[in-house]
Amino acid sequence: MRADVRDKLASLPEDERVLLRPLVDTSPRFYMVAAVLAAVVVWGFVAYYLQVRYGLGRTGLNRPEYWGIYIICFVFFIGISHAGTLISAILRVSQAEWRRSITRSAELITVLVIGFGAIQPIIDLGRPDRLLNVVFHAQLRSPLLWDVISIGLYFTSCTIYLYVPLLPDLAIIRDSGIKAPRLYRFLAAGYQDTVVQRARLERVIAILSVAVIPIAISVHTIIGWIFAMTLRPMWHSTIFGPYFVIGAIHSGIAAILVAMVVLRRVYGLEHYFRAVHFDYLGKMLLILSCLWFYFTFAEHLTVLYGAEPAEMRTFWAKISGRYAVPFWTMVGGCFLVPFVLMARRATRTPAGVFIAGIAVVIGMWLERYNIVVPTSVNPIWEMEAIGRYLPSWIEISIMAGALAGFTLLYMVATKFVPIVSIWEIKEARAVVEEVAERVRRYSSGFTTPKLTDSA
Amino acid sequence: MTRWGMVIDLDRCTGCAACEVACKSENNIATVPSRQADMGRAISWMKVMTEVEGEFPNNTLQFYPRPCMHCDNPPCITVCPVRATYINDEGLVGQIYPRCIGCRYCANACPYTVKYFNWYGPEWSESERRHLNPDVSVRPKGVIEKCTFCHHRLQKAREAARAEGRVLREEDYQPACAEVCPTGAIVFGDLDNPNHRVAELKEDPRAMRLLEDLGTQPKVYYLRSRQ
Repeated sequence: MRADVRDKLASLPEDERVLLRPLVDTSPRFYMVAAVLAAVVVWGFVAYYLQVRYGLGRTGLNRPEYWGIYIICFVFFIGISHAGTLISAILRVSQAEWRRSITRSAELITVLVIGFGAIQPIIDLGRPDRLLNVVFHAQLRSPLLWDVISIGLYFTSCTIYLYVPLLPDLAIIRDSGIKAPRLYRFLAAGYQDTVVQRARLERVIAILSVAVIPIAISVHTIIGWIFAMTLRPMWHSTIFGPYFVIGAIHSGIAAILVAMVVLRRVYGLEHYFRAVHFDYLGKMLLILSCLWFYFTFAEHLTVLYGAEPAEMRTFWAKISGRYAVPFWTMVGGCFLVPFVLMARRATRTPAGVFIAGIAVVIGMWLERYNIVVPTSVNPIWEMEAIGRYLPSWIEISIMAGALAGFTLLYMVATKFVPIVSIWEIKEARAVVEEVAERVRRYSSGFTTPKLTDSA
Repeated sequence: MTRWGMVIDLDRCTGCAACEVACKSENNIATVPSRQADMGRAISWMKVMTEVEGEFPNNTLQFYPRPCMHCDNPPCITVCPVRATYINDEGLVGQIYPRCIGCRYCANACPYTVKYFNWYGPEWSESERRHLNPDVSVRPKGVIEKCTFCHHRLQKAREAARAEGRVLREEDYQPACAEVCPTGAIVFGDLDNPNHRVAELKEDPRAMRLLEDLGTQPKVYYLRSRQ
């Protein structure tokens, strides 16, 4: 860190000093991790180059296993992206005051991971060179086209929803002069934090946080519908829309928790990510793991009870057949581990939520595997049910590249924007009286002014 | 209204697979190396499926030659994001190779698993190359293909009939599989034309269609085996 930057940083108030520090102070360990991740990304590009050059034959895909790792990762990444926007929007709308320090890191996950999700179906295309045909020859009856539209809308709205609440912080960085003055002058877009500007900002945020909720729900519903609209056993199910939304939120909260634990550790954010945050988010994870179990149980019980032969082949392949290991690992990761850890206050700690978060993230990846693969290898016409699927190293490399790419981008982003919203934290200290008044209003029905007076 | 369709008599089918070979040769379908075939990547628009009933030695084999069903209500066409697969006025379900983006959604939507993907580009030896059918376009890597009921033969037959100033007869347009079947198990024609054999055969008490309860309305009928 240069001396003048250190002086400027030291002269800032405490919140700015702690939260802007990562922007100007980068450890050698950061560069090491970034270099490793960058190498994995390059490796992923090499794999994709080979696939484009020689054809999708380089994957493990076949007939009838037409879809594999790429489509699994597509659902997985878009699911993770539900972390930010949806959670932060719900918390903002419900005026949950404890949201203030976690919304930024969550919204950043959304915007950065969504691109890695959106490219997966393109990687999966046999003819990526003809991608624009979805515009030139668009057929609106295709759920894939609904998806193109909803993801486009989602990405746009989430980016705005990340950017607008960033404005006051960008202005703070611009005014402090600690980093890239021209860049931040441009990004801050003339924001001066006047009373009028602040009022407008809060109005826009209020509108956006309502608007992004239905958009976010539509995105994962439609991804579920891509599967549900076909006649295939265990895909053709009305539960898929809501089931996918619940799964997405589940993996999204898990991803936020993992990110928060890591950020807290590496940037020393103990004052901002407190026990109460892990406690509350841990409870949300607990609720979602129960909801996830409820949906999974309902879906599988209905299939078992109906006992249609074509569905039963897929069902038993999951429960006790070739896919039993991924299936029961999924149940462990998505339900048992988070349930056991998050049901107890003693384990709703950073260490506990970290383990539960990792378990859910892995479990939710496997959930998509268990949806895509066992059905694909068991087509409805039994004589074709001979499928097998073993992903090739090309597919694994591209997946690793995407995971590394997202992590790298997130790391780099923490060097450009404060990962905790500075102005919202400050605002929290100012609104304590207002919140106390609001809480008093909640209970006014029980203690009427008259009674209080006489007491 | 013309509705091209097929009736396959399972009692007559001997499982000789002449239909498969004729189809591959007619439609420029390249063979793939055996390892690729083991992975499930061989392309066979017409494929003789074998159902084994009972345990050896007291078993019987039932063969089902399986082309594209050319459904009247095809699940493949609605899911295509780019309208690369369509059904025409005469009920033929077609695939536009130069437009297909290779997403394989139609392949997943087809309950009969008749859609094939070009995992690699097609390869022919020099001797094979000389025998490619000039009437059928070859498919590049990365697109979906499937049985067309040899519709290129329909175009030719229609032109010939027009040149001779007569209506199209049943024998003018026959796909390669029907033409070559040594036992006459595969009968092809217009399902709505009472002068065509298929119109009568499809009303046979033995007639059934695959996965009929899905409501896809296939235009390929099978005459159930009598045993």
